[in-house]
Amino acid sequence: MFRNNYDNDSVTFSPQGRIFQVEYAQEAVKQGSVVVGIVSKTHAVLAALKRNAEELSSYQRKIIPIDTHYGIALAGLASDARVLSNFMKQQSLSSRLTYDRPILLSDITSRIGDRAQTNTQSYGKRPYGVGLLIAGVDAKGPHLFEFQPSGVTQEMVACGIGARSQMARTYLERNLDSFEDSSREELIKHALRALKDSLSQDKELTVDNTSLGVSGVDEPFKLYEGQEISSWLETTFENRPEGQDGDSMAVDS
Amino acid sequence: MNHFPQAWGRPRDDVYGQYNPSYLPQSHGGTQQPITHTQSPIVTGTSVIAIKFKTGVVIAADNLASYGSLARFTDVHRLKHFNRKSVVGVGGDVSDMQYLDRLLKSLDVEENYSTGSHTAEESETDPAMMGANNLHTYLSKVMYKRRSDFNPLWNALLVAGLDEKNKPFLASADLLGTTFSGPTMATGFGAHLAQPIMRRIVPDEAASQQLGREEAVQAVRDCMKVLFYRDARSMPEYSIAVIDEKGVELKEKEVLENQSWDFADKIRGYGTQTV
Repeated sequence: MFRNNYDNDSVTFSPQGRIFQVEYAQEAVKQGSVVVGIVSKTHAVLAALKRNAEELSSYQRKIIPIDTHYGIALAGLASDARVLSNFMKQQSLSSRLTYDRPILLSDITSRIGDRAQTNTQSYGKRPYGVGLLIAGVDAKGPHLFEFQPSGVTQEMVACGIGARSQMARTYLERNLDSFEDSSREELIKHALRALKDSLSQDKELTVDNTSLGVSGVDEPFKLYEGQEISSWLETTFENRPEGQDGDSMAVDS
Repeated sequence: MNHFPQAWGRPRDDVYGQYNPSYLPQSHGGTQQPITHTQSPIVTGTSVIAIKFKTGVVIAADNLASYGSLARFTDVHRLKHFNRKSVVGVGGDVSDMQYLDRLLKSLDVEENYSTGSHTAEESETDPAMMGANNLHTYLSKVMYKRRSDFNPLWNALLVAGLDEKNKPFLASADLLGTTFSGPTMATGFGAHLAQPIMRRIVPDEAASQQLGREEAVQAVRDCMKVLFYRDARSMPEYSIAVIDEKGVELKEKEVLENQSWDFADKIRGYGTQTV
């Protein structure tokens, strides 16, 4: 009757030493649309592909600014990301209030890591079904962290998570050496190209389905969407076919 | 059966025995005392003074803890250093100072775990190290929280050191959670006796940026002497700390040199003299 006796809750190991509920949560991340993050010596960039449920609906929000110095990009269950982002906003605010300093990215990342891990260790709870990229600049410079439902967190130079993100990661690995010394504009282009590589044949990046989060040393985290990113899309994909370009630009006019 | 209203809803004495009133307040036959909070400090430290100079801050306080007017403890160190960037000088209640000291110790442990520096050298040069400004904000919130609980920490604090950008930082917080900052600061009697002397040397922020380390130390030492002359809750042994980018240099056994009490016999109006 059951496919598997060991996946009913997140406190039971399978005889192979696996916790299936956690693995299912990681599958939920893979169902989400792709997000990409890169850091250089001076900047941290997030790029995300937004999905809309249907033609007439709005697009799902993929990048959430948390504090003035950082933001997150999510892949997976958006409602779980909302819980986590609210928690992160509270923690960031309390750091500013009690210590008058922006919270360290390593600090906030390990705090949500701890929270997510406890969910995998108590009966009646479930892991968060969302993966996050946390990017921004703190006292120690620009950072990018990856967060997984299992509670695992890692600092990354570049990272992509979500559906078909393997293609994006391949692009990032191929260009790994150039990120560190990239300028702000170069870094944005790399992020958009990585995002583009993970799209299926019939899709492309438009001003509607792409969002960008950029922060740098002395540059607060800012979310760019809609017409704000049209020039980046144009210069990044200059040799795209005329017809498609026209299509995508006509949407907002 | 007891039909008096005060017995309603109470366990019956004939079944359960005498009701134990010990947790009740005295007004209801209990033995419990009302909750009381500090109404006044008991063992106290006197003034703390500090001056900002070009590259850092000098701060000083004497080593006396008084019990009323009795000079009770003469080896109490009232300058507490926190990481390599800040020193907190504490005046007022000494037991509350010891509480704050424990708080600072645990905060230091927390900080050293959370910033993720793995080696001693790394933590020495940590750009995310808490600056004196961060510490001051934290302490002022602690003081304000306690006064809002009507249970104040009966202290006046000076936080001296370097901020996140390694610029000299000096600010105060008191039992009400009130904060001030300035190029020279003094708590307690020092606010009346030392502050005018320090302001003569450092009238404003610009002047403190011209002031050298030696002059600043000398000015503070001079003020400590004046305080000993005129503050009856003071003693000649004191602690002095200099905080600059080289770190904290804390000396806790300084003694006032070259005292001259010549002025004393000209003072009239106190004690037994008849003009």
